[in-house]
Amino acid sequence: MTGALSAAVSIGFHGLAFAMVLYLISVGLSVTMGLMGFVNLAHGVFAMLGGYVMTSLMNGWGVPFALALAAAALAGAAASIPLERLLYRRFYGGEELDQVLLTMGLIFMSVAGATHLWGPLTQHMQPPGWLSGHFDLGGRSFPAYRSFLIVCGAVLVTALWLGLERTRFGAQVRAAVDNLRMAQSVGINTSRLFMLTFALGSGLAGLGGGLGADLLAISPSYALQYLVYFIIVVAVGGLGSIRGPFVAALLIGVADTAFKYLLPELGAFFIYALTMALLLWRPQGLFGRA
Amino acid sequence: MLGNALRPRLLAAAAVLFSASAFGAAEAQTVKIGIINSYSGFVAQAADEMQKGIDLYAKLHEKDLPPGVKVELIKRDDTSNPETGKRLAQELITRDQVQLLAGVVLSPVAAAVAPLTAEAKVPLVLTNAAGVQLTRLSPYVVRTSFTLWQQCDPIGKWAAEQGWKTGFTEVTDFIAGHDSENAFVKGFTDGGGKILDSVRYPMQNPDFVPFVQRVKDAHPDVAFLWVPAQTQATAMMNAIRDLGLREAGIHIVSAQDLLPDEELPKMGDTPLGLITAGNYSTAADRPANKAFLAAWSKEYGDQSIPDFFSVGGWDGMTAIFDLIKQTKGKFTGDEAIAFLSHWKNPDSPRGPIEIDPNTRDIVQNIYIREVKKIDGRLANVEIATIPMVKDPWKELNPPK
Repeated sequence: MTGALSAAVSIGFHGLAFAMVLYLISVGLSVTMGLMGFVNLAHGVFAMLGGYVMTSLMNGWGVPFALALAAAALAGAAASIPLERLLYRRFYGGEELDQVLLTMGLIFMSVAGATHLWGPLTQHMQPPGWLSGHFDLGGRSFPAYRSFLIVCGAVLVTALWLGLERTRFGAQVRAAVDNLRMAQSVGINTSRLFMLTFALGSGLAGLGGGLGADLLAISPSYALQYLVYFIIVVAVGGLGSIRGPFVAALLIGVADTAFKYLLPELGAFFIYALTMALLLWRPQGLFGRA
Repeated sequence: MLGNALRPRLLAAAAVLFSASAFGAAEAQTVKIGIINSYSGFVAQAADEMQKGIDLYAKLHEKDLPPGVKVELIKRDDTSNPETGKRLAQELITRDQVQLLAGVVLSPVAAAVAPLTAEAKVPLVLTNAAGVQLTRLSPYVVRTSFTLWQQCDPIGKWAAEQGWKTGFTEVTDFIAGHDSENAFVKGFTDGGGKILDSVRYPMQNPDFVPFVQRVKDAHPDVAFLWVPAQTQATAMMNAIRDLGLREAGIHIVSAQDLLPDEELPKMGDTPLGLITAGNYSTAADRPANKAFLAAWSKEYGDQSIPDFFSVGGWDGMTAIFDLIKQTKGKFTGDEAIAFLSHWKNPDSPRGPIEIDPNTRDIVQNIYIREVKKIDGRLANVEIATIPMVKDPWKELNPPK
């Protein structure tokens, strides 16, 4: 019995860490899709970029972990602004198929670009000394880095929620998600809002990519390889919210880990079944608006 | 999607063709070799290692070719997809009229290509794909890499010899993983061990924690964990570290894929002391290996580390160049396969190797290796040698 309990704690813990990484990367995608109605399949590219910036800084230049992490987030945000200004905004309100083709093309370009710049080998992220190893809690030992991931995720989701609920910028975003034309009519500069939101979402993706490099390995095919996970989190959570993808990421992260553990041969397919069931029940996602 | 490494090659190929026609050099003989490799997709890292081995040999030994004979490598990206690989092989045979096919990382791709080689009588030199039955699929397939039976059957026996009674296997769910599992189970149970459970995980898997947790729960004496090298090796090692599998007193063994030389620096100290069976380690002190490593660093820099994929490619090219030297580049498919089936090299970076003419599969030393720290870096140090191992599966399953 204690064995089963210990396994359950372990699965829950690791699933939670996985969920946090999924959430950080996907939340930006959810907000931009909800806000701008833009299907940005290339969202994972920003996470990959964050991962590459972080690992290059740490391994190549010996930059400390925290600084490299900040740089990863900044890189994601900075790279997204010219893309949004030059490419994406032309497709707002356009055909979804065009958006999908554009962003798939960007993914393929990112694969070739990353191979050219960093080679096909996986980049390695060695957590700093204070985050390697284990720490003990209640007679159990937990890997420090995954615990750190969970704490980071919890802090960030709180900060995001407060930011969206309590700040002027958050109010503008909510207004624009609710009713874009009305928001424009009352004088909100939605073009600027779009750019900032997009940069914020991409910056979070960069942060998630950097933080999660130990879990979702940084390699050129990153944006393609993990795309399904990001899309599922957004689809299940519902568009345009902070809470939706959080619950979805928790559900997917923990359920994926648990079912792989319980039914190793079939477990990997379970999240697809779960996604289908959830979407049949609520086609707009758990917290999406009908 | 096409690797950017491809473009200069295409230009170079065009230049070769142009110069040949411009000067009308009648005696100039170009041997075209179609390289099918997974430059993109989930085994791109392995493909890169293998390609570097192929290119390095071709570059260093171009000068050894008979006068007037040139080798042209036509590289195609199978994108890790069997159907694509088959189509590319078809194009290489019919349109480019290659005399040989070589390369192939993935066994499913090799299985899709193999039947074409029999139809067209164009030999295929497998420089990686390890699926044990591949050389049986066509009389024109020859292998210079390894089979997983060669490594996993011996490591199973070795594990049983340690007095470990209970075993647990976890492998990736495709041809090579199935071979590994079957071979380890055979070796371990023949030695008196008992398998508690066998688990297969999907091909592309980011996090191994849920699977490794099962091993921890079952608490076997020894866990056999196999992944298709590359990123997944390090991901598996992270799961082993995070769950404290080794601290729990569970021994871990595998084939060399769990500890690829180029991934070792990314693994921290977790793998120290782990035992694997393999055909090649950069830590081997054979003179041929020292020379190979020196040439590699000179070409690709000190940061680049070759592994068993690279040596598979290197040795495959050695066989092909020997064939070209012997025949001055003029050979039919039948002549080529006859030569390759009897090919030997006493001095490969991995030691002596030869092709078994009956099976067209490789015979080589299998080394039991232990991860040790040498000059502050982890290395797969060879601690025992099982000389000239034939593929055990083919011995157990003679052709009907």
